[in-house]
Amino acid sequence: MTLFKQREPLLAAMVVLLIMAVGLKEPAFLSAGSLANVVTDSTLLVMLALTQMLVIVTRGVDLSVASNLALSGMVAAMLGANVPGLPLPLIVLTAVAVGLLLGLVNGWLIGYLELPPIVVTLGTMSVYRGAVFVLSGGAWVSAHQMPAPFIAFPLERLLGLPHLVWIAAATLALMAWVARDTRFGRDLYAIGNAPQCAGYIGIASHKRLLWTYALSGAVAGLCGYLWVARYAVAYTEIAYGFEFTVIAACVIGGVSIGGGVGTVLGAALGALFLTVIGNALPVLQVSPFWQSALTGLVILVAVLINARGTGRRSRQILPLHGLDAKPHRSAA
Amino acid sequence: MNPTTAMQTESKTSPSRYTILDRETPRLKTLLGRWESLLAMLFIVVFAANSIALPHFLDLYNLLDGTQNFSEKALIALPMALLIICREIDISVAGALALSSVAMGAAMGAGFPAESLPLVALATGTACGFLNGVLVTRFALPSIVVTIGTVSLYRGLASVVLGDNAFTGYPQLMADWGQGYFFGIVPREFVVLLVCAALFAVLLHTTSWGRRIYAIGNNPEAARFSGIAVDRYRLALFMLTGAMAGLAAFLLTGRIGSTRPNIATGWELEVITMVILGGVSIAGGAGTIAGVMLAVLTMGTVTYGLSLANIPGIYMTIVVGVLLLATIALPKLLRMRRAR
Repeated sequence: MTLFKQREPLLAAMVVLLIMAVGLKEPAFLSAGSLANVVTDSTLLVMLALTQMLVIVTRGVDLSVASNLALSGMVAAMLGANVPGLPLPLIVLTAVAVGLLLGLVNGWLIGYLELPPIVVTLGTMSVYRGAVFVLSGGAWVSAHQMPAPFIAFPLERLLGLPHLVWIAAATLALMAWVARDTRFGRDLYAIGNAPQCAGYIGIASHKRLLWTYALSGAVAGLCGYLWVARYAVAYTEIAYGFEFTVIAACVIGGVSIGGGVGTVLGAALGALFLTVIGNALPVLQVSPFWQSALTGLVILVAVLINARGTGRRSRQILPLHGLDAKPHRSAA
Repeated sequence: MNPTTAMQTESKTSPSRYTILDRETPRLKTLLGRWESLLAMLFIVVFAANSIALPHFLDLYNLLDGTQNFSEKALIALPMALLIICREIDISVAGALALSSVAMGAAMGAGFPAESLPLVALATGTACGFLNGVLVTRFALPSIVVTIGTVSLYRGLASVVLGDNAFTGYPQLMADWGQGYFFGIVPREFVVLLVCAALFAVLLHTTSWGRRIYAIGNNPEAARFSGIAVDRYRLALFMLTGAMAGLAAFLLTGRIGSTRPNIATGWELEVITMVILGGVSIAGGAGTIAGVMLAVLTMGTVTYGLSLANIPGIYMTIVVGVLLLATIALPKLLRMRRAR
């Protein structure tokens, strides 16, 4: 049973069990259409969780993904609305380029200036979010302003599956290859495990970190277009707070926030898990007011399950201040 | 010159036989190089720029009223500074604040007397902090992960109780503290903040309890081996943070006179920004209350100036973000230039 000692099979089993449990209560949830919906809904979270995983593996965190997504999405939506003749691939490329650029800013500050990732991405998160407002003047870009192919693309089907799913699958394959089989990916694990040693054995940490955050940004840019097109609206508050969902997906997927540990499959399953819960609660007719509380509870439980055995610590060798006030205690 | 005379001349120049090499002599340059001094200068520059650019900036009444915009956030920034010095972080503060505010509304609905409402808020906040602390210390989980989970738990519970209504009609006592003034001019909230800041400064900088927080932040393992009950400190700090979030909930609810579902959204990031801008190291072990208060005042002045100039609030997020990035990047950039 070594299979179940690993995180990914356990997590996959949790996802399946959850789907079954919901299906028992509400059989409609198990229909092909409903399950396909879950997969489609999970795509954006999966893609963002994958790159966030690479970032967290290097002991970093990218809090600016949601703001980056909003800004790139707004750029794409405004391009689509204001330049009607523009071919769609060009719009998508622009969104990816904007995301990449924003990611490079993070990467430069974190990689080359060696600033703490939490602080840097906290700062850029505010700046990017504010920039969405500056760019749009606070106005919405709604469905009727965007060209029809722009909106239709994410849910159009290729060989029976929506483009969204294909894109997410391609991202999954690409990231799995990057993380497992490329020098770049292996270096990220080395950096996360022992940053000092990584430097000594000749890993160019600066460059690696730069491109990790750039990758995170580029995928956020792509997701920006997909998000705006899928929900057919762009506004300042888009994906507000989504960065925490992305990080939660990674953590549930067994990515250690301390760096060096994490798999692509785990992050994807973590994202799928959160999406299943998000989709199951309305089906079970749980009041929307309970949904946030239950999501929080589930995150905590999943984290607790994941963390079994990590609490091992070295032995205390000196008596504790305060606790040792009673002198006879140690004699017992 | 033989060795003996060299030694003698040396002993003549310095009063003691040994000189302590690791203690720097207090010089103007090191004093000016301190983070707090830089912040103070930044504050003065921002203040001066505002008073020149904006004709109505230097109105004492307005200026003091402006402090209400940041007093509640700053109250949470104080314990957050202690947590970050101790290498922990609490993302759930705004959730705890919302839950405390809802608890007050529910208690008021249940017929609790007005005087007990602040206690309800403090107790709810402390309970939230206690849960965070237990999860972090008992299960050895990273605090950022725990509090990302609890923030949606707390806010979710608040919205479960609140539904889609809002609690209004709070007693006069709460309005007195949230909107009231001492001597008809100084907002009570600001006085509460100043008193709390003084208490936190004394606690952190003059007591052994405070010194141990630095010790834990510098090296938790070493601190544990030297006999500090690290987990007790962590638990206490989480509870303290929760309690201050409860206090902030009392003042904020009193100030706006109602509890709404979106109360204090996004505050966690503003609070953390205040702390980091105040020179508290995210890696733990360094930071002062004076720095945090200077950062609070600077951010407050910028907000107040922007609002006087009729600039929408969201520009503030850009300014704060740039301020944060610039303050941490500039010293690094200058050092890199010097190294070349």
